Amino acid sequence: MTLDKKPENPNATLATPAVRKESEAQKKKKKERRQRLLDLKFALHLLARNPLVLCGTVMSIGIILVAVFSGFIVNPDLANKVSYATQLCWGNHFINWGPGSSYCSGNQFYWLGTDYFGRGILSMIILALPLDLEIAFAVVAGSVAIGILLGGVAAYGGSVADETILRITDIFFGFPTLLFALVVAAVVGPSIFTLTIAVLLVWWPVYVRLVRGQILAEKEKNYVEALKSIGAGNFRILFKHIMPNAIYPVMVQATLDLGGVILIFSSLMFLGFSPKQNLPELGNLISQGIQNVFTAPWLIIFPGIAILLATFSFNLVGDGLRDVFDPRLRR
Amino acid sequence: MGLVRYVVRRLLLMILVLFGISVIVFYLSRGYPSKFPPWGQYVTLSMSPSEIAYIKQIHGFNLPLYDQYFFWLRDALSGNWGLSRWAGNQQTYAVFAARFPLTAELAIAAIVITVAIGLPLGIVSAVKNNKAPDHVSRIVALLGYSIPIFWLGFLFQLLFSYYFRLWGLPSLPSSGYVDRQFIGSVHMITGIPLVDAVLQLNYSYFASSLGHLILPALTLSFASLGYLTRIVRSSMLEVLRQDYIVMARSKGLSERVVIYRHALLNALIPTITVVGVLFASLLGGVVIIEYVFTWPGVGSAALQATLQNDTNFLMLYTLVSAAIIVIANLAVDVAYGLLDPRIRFK
Repeated sequence: MTLDKKPENPNATLATPAVRKESEAQKKKKKERRQRLLDLKFALHLLARNPLVLCGTVMSIGIILVAVFSGFIVNPDLANKVSYATQLCWGNHFINWGPGSSYCSGNQFYWLGTDYFGRGILSMIILALPLDLEIAFAVVAGSVAIGILLGGVAAYGGSVADETILRITDIFFGFPTLLFALVVAAVVGPSIFTLTIAVLLVWWPVYVRLVRGQILAEKEKNYVEALKSIGAGNFRILFKHIMPNAIYPVMVQATLDLGGVILIFSSLMFLGFSPKQNLPELGNLISQGIQNVFTAPWLIIFPGIAILLATFSFNLVGDGLRDVFDPRLRR
Repeated sequence: MGLVRYVVRRLLLMILVLFGISVIVFYLSRGYPSKFPPWGQYVTLSMSPSEIAYIKQIHGFNLPLYDQYFFWLRDALSGNWGLSRWAGNQQTYAVFAARFPLTAELAIAAIVITVAIGLPLGIVSAVKNNKAPDHVSRIVALLGYSIPIFWLGFLFQLLFSYYFRLWGLPSLPSSGYVDRQFIGSVHMITGIPLVDAVLQLNYSYFASSLGHLILPALTLSFASLGYLTRIVRSSMLEVLRQDYIVMARSKGLSERVVIYRHALLNALIPTITVVGVLFASLLGGVVIIEYVFTWPGVGSAALQATLQNDTNFLMLYTLVSAAIIVIANLAVDVAYGLLDPRIRFK
């Protein structure tokens, strides 16, 4: 059969050195990849060894999944279902609105009770999660990007750039954490975008300092000297060689900050900077529930627990990552 | 001599920071079209457009922003902080000075609680590393990180003042800084209710204001508890791994002596660094906590000032806060250098 016979490569003899070279490079790459895989395995092992961290990881993945699929779990129209007809039920003291109750129409079961408009608290929390997480990821990603850029420039761009950038971060560090975001949000007017920018403005200086410190520490090491000696450019050294080594503390900080951003953002919403009154957002849910807190404490208890759980699980993961990436803490 | 030069340099940098902050806040609150235009506090509804134009002109609101800024700066430097819009056109400085001691009381109480809880937690966590107490205190520290304090404040109010009263238990007050019937029964000397009560030996006022202080201070301390516990834990762990601790143990010293005599003081040195962060987070947290507990300090005032675009009050508040944060950081660095001889000032 013709298919059995493989056509011989006419250039085989000519190509051998190149092929061999390539295969050596491939071997090296494979070895590297295997090493990386082993490192990853070890890191995962360290993560898994700590039950708290494992718990946090599972929880945060769960929360992210719920947030991603929230539109499929709960009908998003629920947020706008604010008919005042349902208040009749609400004002009735004989009907139980609390957790585990069925709403006065009788055929639905509410695990965490319902709110003023007869919407399930659990559904509202699920609807609110994506916005909080989106903002958290956006702000942290933005801060990391600014941090890498400005931190890199500060560490590599000479003393003038360094001083300028450091003094600017000084100014931003001088603000009380929440107040600056408040001022920006109040001035520019509340919309999701301006609130995100407001939180971002508070957040980026930490990363600039962190990245700069990391790069300065890496810069003194031998491999950078070696790279310089073979004529590698600053840009190449910085982004191809130093960054991958300097990025781990930044990743840890970023994971920890996901929770922090959720806290600040929900605080802003709670203080009344929500662009829409019935926007499904955790802080806004609490601020809406405050009016009726004495008759219906579940209105604020459960959204608060949702914020707490989200922040707590991200913090657990960040804590675990810190232990994994910081060899001094490995025990 | 290095120390003096260092402090002078840092103080000069502080001026730069304050200048930058004032420029940013000024441009934010004056440079954007707002529902509350900056000249709004000088006009009344009955004024005609020509009168309004005249007032805008005599107060300099028609000048370019940088001119306005430098006029503001000249006034501020000569001690004239202008009128505060949200306080009904009272002198900004007087309003601030009357409210500031209350915020100081709250912040100091929160710091005391933070240290009283965070320090032992951190020590226990490090000494019993990776055992049950460590896990418990790590969880507590992480909870402190992750709790939305505005929510915690409401939970405390709900539990300790509402439900406790319902159940007939001794309840704590949830708002204000002292019971209403006591207001005015003590002369304001320092402005801090607790201190004034002690100075004038007014026991019932003292008890009342202490009762009012507990819940907000406890809530506020949660925000910084996590930082402190974590830093104490990690620096204690670092110290406990040193050779001289091994040496002390091998000499046969008891574990208590090793930890409290030999390890603790050295472990506390890095802990001081957290003070700067702590101040910043407290002064930020104060805005929320004072709002939640209707505490009449500068934080709740700053929130109102923000909402009503009260430039004058906002400037004073941010500048004083920033000065406190910067000076706290400077004090930390100086103390750090004095305590740890390996550090040189450059």
